[in-house]
Amino acid sequence: MKNENLYNYILGIADNNLILGQRLGELCGHGPSLETDIACTNISLDLLGQVRSYYQYASKLKGDNVTEDSIAFLRKEKEYVNVLLVEQPNTDFAYTIVRQFLFDIYNNLFLEELQKSHDITLVAIAKKSIKEVSYHRRFSSDWVKRLGDGTKESNLKVQEAVDNLWTYTDELFHLTDADKAMVKEGIGVDVTVLKSKYYKIVNTLLTEANIVIPDSKWFQKGGKEGIHTEHMGYLLNDMQFMQRTYPNMEW
Amino acid sequence: MKKNWPLWEVFVRSKNGLEHRHFGSLHAADEAMALENARDVYTRRNEGVSIWVVESRHITASNPENNGELFEPAQDKVYRHPTFYDLPDDVKHM
Repeated sequence: MKNENLYNYILGIADNNLILGQRLGELCGHGPSLETDIACTNISLDLLGQVRSYYQYASKLKGDNVTEDSIAFLRKEKEYVNVLLVEQPNTDFAYTIVRQFLFDIYNNLFLEELQKSHDITLVAIAKKSIKEVSYHRRFSSDWVKRLGDGTKESNLKVQEAVDNLWTYTDELFHLTDADKAMVKEGIGVDVTVLKSKYYKIVNTLLTEANIVIPDSKWFQKGGKEGIHTEHMGYLLNDMQFMQRTYPNMEW
Repeated sequence: MKKNWPLWEVFVRSKNGLEHRHFGSLHAADEAMALENARDVYTRRNEGVSIWVVESRHITASNPENNGELFEPAQDKVYRHPTFYDLPDDVKHM
C-alpha cells in the first residue's frame, strides 16, 4: 500500500478514541448519577464521532473491501495501536475521571498541533474535534479538582487512581515508526515536544487538587506497538461481539 | 452522594431571538456543575444557544389550592380579549 505510514498514523490517533469511547460507553446506565452518566456517554459519543472521520479516511487509503466498520470491529488485539492508558478499566468514578483527565490534557495539546499538519483531511478533523475535546478537558479537570479537593475519602480515591494510572502517561509521548515518518513529512505531530508542557499542566492541576504527584520513574509501554494489558482482550470481546457472531450484520 | 446535591431548574434559549424556556431540572453540587450538567442533559442534541440555571429553592410558586381565587375569575370574561373590534382591511398582521 502506498500510504502505509499515513494509514498506520491515523490508526494511532483514532484507536485511542475508539477504545476510550468503548470504555466510557460501558457506563451507559451505570454512571454514579444520572447527570454524570449522561456526561460520560456524551464524551463517548464525541470520541466515536471523531473515530468515524479518521477510519473513513483510513479506509479510503486502504481500498479493497476495507470499511470504517471492518477497521473498528474486525482487527485482532495486536493490530490495535491505542495507548495502554485508555484501555484501563473504569474501576470506580475516580479512575474514570483521572484516566479521562490524563488523556484529555494530552489530546488537547495534540489536536492543537495537528491543526498545523500538511494533510488537509487531518486538519479538518482536528479543527472539528478540538471543540469537543476542550469541553472534555474542562469536564475532567473540574471533577479532578472537585474530588481531589473534596472529602477525605474522595481525595484518597483520586490519589489512588493517579498513583496507579501514572505509569501509563509516558507512553503518550513515544514515537512509532509511522509517527516518525509522518513527522518528517510535516503531516504528523512530534509528540515528544508536548511532553514537558503536558506534565506542567497536569502537575499544576493535581497540586491544586491536593494530589501528590507520583515520583515513580518507571513507565509502562507497548500499546502503540500492539502489546496490550490483560484488560484489552475482554474489552474487544465485548466490543466485537456482534460482528463476530453475526458477520457483516448492519443496523 | 446525590442526596446532598440540591435541585436546579434549567432554562434554555433554543435560538437567538427566542426567550429562555423551562426545560427541566437536575441535581448538582453548585452553579458551575449545574451549568455543565445542563449542557450535557438538555442540550446534547443541539437544542440551545444559551442556558440559565437557578436553584429550585429560589423559585416562589403559586399554591394549587388557591387556583380557584387566582385563575377562575378570568374564565368568564371574554371582554378581556380584544376580539370585539372590526379591523380595517389596511391593518395586517394582527
